[in-house]
Amino acid sequence: MINKKVHSVQEALQGVQDNMTFMFGGFGLSGIPENSIAELVKMNTKGLTCISNNAGVDNFGLGLLLHQNQIKKMISSYVGENAEFERQMLSGELEVELIPQGTLAERCRAAQAGFPAIYTPAGYGTEVADGKETREFDGKMYVLEHAFKADFAFVKAWKGDAAGNLIFKGTARNFNPNMCGAAKITVAEVEELVPVGTLDPNQIHIPGIFVQRIFQGEKYEKRIEQLTVRKRE
Amino acid sequence: MLDKTGIAKRIAKEVQDGYYVNLGIGIPTLVANYVREDIEVEFQSENGVLGMGPFPFEGEEDADIINAGKQTITTLPGASFFDSAMSFSMIRGKHVDLTILGAMEVAENGDIANWKIPGKMVKGMGGAMDLVASAENIIVAMMHTNRAGESKLLKRCSLPLTGVGCVKKIVTNLAVLEVTKEGFKLLERAPGVSVEEIKKATEGNLIVEGEIPEMIL
Repeated sequence: MINKKVHSVQEALQGVQDNMTFMFGGFGLSGIPENSIAELVKMNTKGLTCISNNAGVDNFGLGLLLHQNQIKKMISSYVGENAEFERQMLSGELEVELIPQGTLAERCRAAQAGFPAIYTPAGYGTEVADGKETREFDGKMYVLEHAFKADFAFVKAWKGDAAGNLIFKGTARNFNPNMCGAAKITVAEVEELVPVGTLDPNQIHIPGIFVQRIFQGEKYEKRIEQLTVRKRE
Repeated sequence: MLDKTGIAKRIAKEVQDGYYVNLGIGIPTLVANYVREDIEVEFQSENGVLGMGPFPFEGEEDADIINAGKQTITTLPGASFFDSAMSFSMIRGKHVDLTILGAMEVAENGDIANWKIPGKMVKGMGGAMDLVASAENIIVAMMHTNRAGESKLLKRCSLPLTGVGCVKKIVTNLAVLEVTKEGFKLLERAPGVSVEEIKKATEGNLIVEGEIPEMIL
């Protein structure tokens, strides 16, 4: 067993520097690497390019990094629900590249899987395709989208072991598996780090080969963005 | 004239037995409440769930189980979770049978705009561009006019596009329309709405052939 376990979030984030490009798993606030983000806030690393489906909310998730002006550029598909983000974007302080959600996922997966680029129909004929190579296959037009290049991928899983194997829960899975192994270093934080050998190999979502560092997060707030419930009849 | 619930009820009639359906945020989300109970349908949410159920009971909500609108949800027997790349494989790979989404503008050639108002509102496209680029069966749910009373069914979209020539059907508070090569073909009128009123509210080319029936909800 190749040991990927680190003993603290500080150790997990060793090598993080200003002006780097990071990937963050999560959809809304679900499945975000809360502990890695909290540590980045403490480190106050600046000039970051962040690849993440969303940009958090004003006081949680990547919103915390935005608040300290740590982010230079966001690459996302949807950035509503964040007033500070909108302010920084409209004032030009923050560079923003909005791309289709499926394209975001596939540009991560391409980096993970060793593809330099992929063709997708998404965005053809829109400003998203401006300046990009397009090509026709079987009478339909596609846009060439390149694999991401990132320094660190920060992902969050439900359970993991020291070998780096990961299991996700519910829709907290989202972009996390696609970002594992898609950056130079993948840092996985888990709710529960279990002894090696206790996870069923049949049930592993991401094999440890895609993960360089793993640690158990100190605490998880797991904030709900839109609480919707029904009454019992 | 229909309210948002009425639009959802009318669209629910388009959902057929055995369909996998992706619902957008807003009016489309309501459609799930009005699908006939004697048919089998599975709802997909692009954040990674197939087989979505209703909202959870109070106290049973789980931060790890949400829909694309970030609302807490439940799953039904037979449901599955998956990653974002696989979710869009379902969408891009045309495995989803019906896509229902909202729009700011639709053009008579089927172009749709729903993600950006330059200099004003920039929330992003989310999964909408992937959905409209691949889905073969797209229904737009929207109000016929905007808050200023201007038509949202146009000759050409004025806002940045989400997709080109992709919308097939539109259900508004006033009418059901099909996008054809010649323009918006009027299929049904909302209860109590006249063809004249629909004409007035439609900037794009409106095709009216014969008697236009009133919607049955």
